[in-house]
This record gives sequence, structure tokens and C-alpha cells, in this order.
Amino acid sequence: MQSKENHNHQTGFGIYIVVWLALLALTSITVTIAGISLGKYTLFIALLIAAIKSALVINIFMHIKFEEKIFKVFLALSGFTLLVIFILTFVDFIYR
Amino acid sequence: MSNHHDTAIHHVHRDDVGAKMGMWLFLFTEVLLFGGMFLVYAVYRYQYPDQFHYAAMELNTTVGTLNTIILLTSSLTVALAITALQKGNKFLSMLMIFITLVFALMFMVNKYFEWSTKFSHGIYPGSKELLERPNGQILFFGLYYVMTGLHGLHVLVGMFMLSFMLYLIMKNKISSDNYVKLENSGLYWHLVDLIWIFLFPLFYLIQ
Repeated sequence: MQSKENHNHQTGFGIYIVVWLALLALTSITVTIAGISLGKYTLFIALLIAAIKSALVINIFMHIKFEEKIFKVFLALSGFTLLVIFILTFVDFIYR
Repeated sequence: MSNHHDTAIHHVHRDDVGAKMGMWLFLFTEVLLFGGMFLVYAVYRYQYPDQFHYAAMELNTTVGTLNTIILLTSSLTVALAITALQKGNKFLSMLMIFITLVFALMFMVNKYFEWSTKFSHGIYPGSKELLERPNGQILFFGLYYVMTGLHGLHVLVGMFMLSFMLYLIMKNKISSDNYVKLENSGLYWHLVDLIWIFLFPLFYLIQ
């Protein structure tokens, strides 16, 4: 009988600590930038930083980087679905 | 032949990849649940940019930042708990999960004080004080309570799951060669963190 056990990539303590420090650094950057008035770009920068933080969490903490390809396909598909929903809603809302 | 028979009886079939795949599928339904709310937020923020701006000024950025740091750190401790268990260090793993639970509790306590301050200022869904304000602000606070409320509920569920994992590790039901349950609980916890990563700038950092 073939079973799929223990195929896991072991991640060391070190990389988690590095990612955590990066996440804290990004948090302080986003808080600092929010204090400076950048007009229209404020929201864009805040979302960009949030996207970088999520990429770190998803890839390293959630292990997606080390998983089989199918997990990445799933993730891309659900992200794409959300994107399509956002775009369609805004197209409807703006050109109504 | 009899040896082969024995192993066949004692071998419990497990599919860890399948278990994780199931967890990810569940997480995607969660992403769509919160995604729908972020969509409502996006449309109304687009419609009432100034009202969202004024309303957001009333939220306490310090508490929001503190809760961000708490959740990010709790994500780290959960990840460390899994590595510790993989390395066979049961005690360290349990300690890390315990620390995660303490962080989660700290998050909820902050949330409690944050909400009760707002309540004491008369700002809660349907309050007289709030309903006298312009539509954009009513929507902002409505979304604030629903989204951070649902997120808080997820924190509570995560705490319950992690406590259960702590019990299972203690009972050796989760061990260094069978830890997919802990991994899946970790995934759930990271998702809670992930949602907060977006809630934080969208509610607390509109200056």
C-alpha cells in the first residue's frame, strides 16, 4: 500500500525568525508611511505592503513555497477568482 | 507471508497531502467569505472617501498596531511549534502553542477594550449617536464591527483548535511522524493573521 506520509519539507527555526523580522519591519514601514500625506498613493502603498506581507506569510509560514504544484494552482485560481469578482463589481459600479 | 499480513493490519492508511489539500480548499472558502466583505468595503470607500477618512481617524492606531504585532508574532510561534515537533522536541512545541494561545488572548483583550471604548462613546451599530452621522460614516463603522467581529470570532475558533492540538500533543496523538492536524491548525491560524494584515491598513491607517 502506498501512502503519502512525511513528504514534508522541514523548515528551520532561522528562516521563520527572519520572515517574522521582515513582517515587523514592513508593519513599521506601513505605519510610518500612513503618517505622511502622500495623497492618492497612500492606499496603493498600504495595499502593496500588505500584499508583500501576505506573500511572506503564504510562502514561508503557510509553506506554499515547499508544497506540490497543485497547491499553487489552487491558490492562483482562488486569487484570480477574487480578482475577477472585484473587477466585475467595479466595472458595474463605475459605468452604471 | 504472515509478516506481510501483520503489517497490513497495523498499517493505518493516512494521506497527509490530501488532508492539507482539504484544509486549503476550506481556507479558500474563508478567503471568499472575507473577500465579499472587502468588496463591500472597497465599493463604499470608493463612494464615500471623505467620510471613511473622518470615521477612520477615530480608531486607535496604537491598539491596531499592537494587535498587528501580536498576531504576526503568534504566527511565528505556531510555525516554530511545527518545526519543533518535526525535530522531535515535544516540550518546545507545546510551549510554542501555549505562547500562541497567550498572544491570541492578548489580542482579544485589546479588542475588548477597543470595542468597549467605542461603545462608551456611543458608537455601535444602530446607536443614536452613529445614526445621526452621514451615511459614509455609518457604513464605515458597520463594516468595522462586522469585519473585525468576524475576524475576532476566527481568533476564538483558532484558540479552540490550538488548545485541542495542545491536548493531542500531550496525549502523543500528534507526534513527530504524524502532525498533519497541527499543520492544518497552523494554516488556519496563519489565515487569521493574513486577514488581519489587510484589515489593519484598511481600517486603522487611513490618515
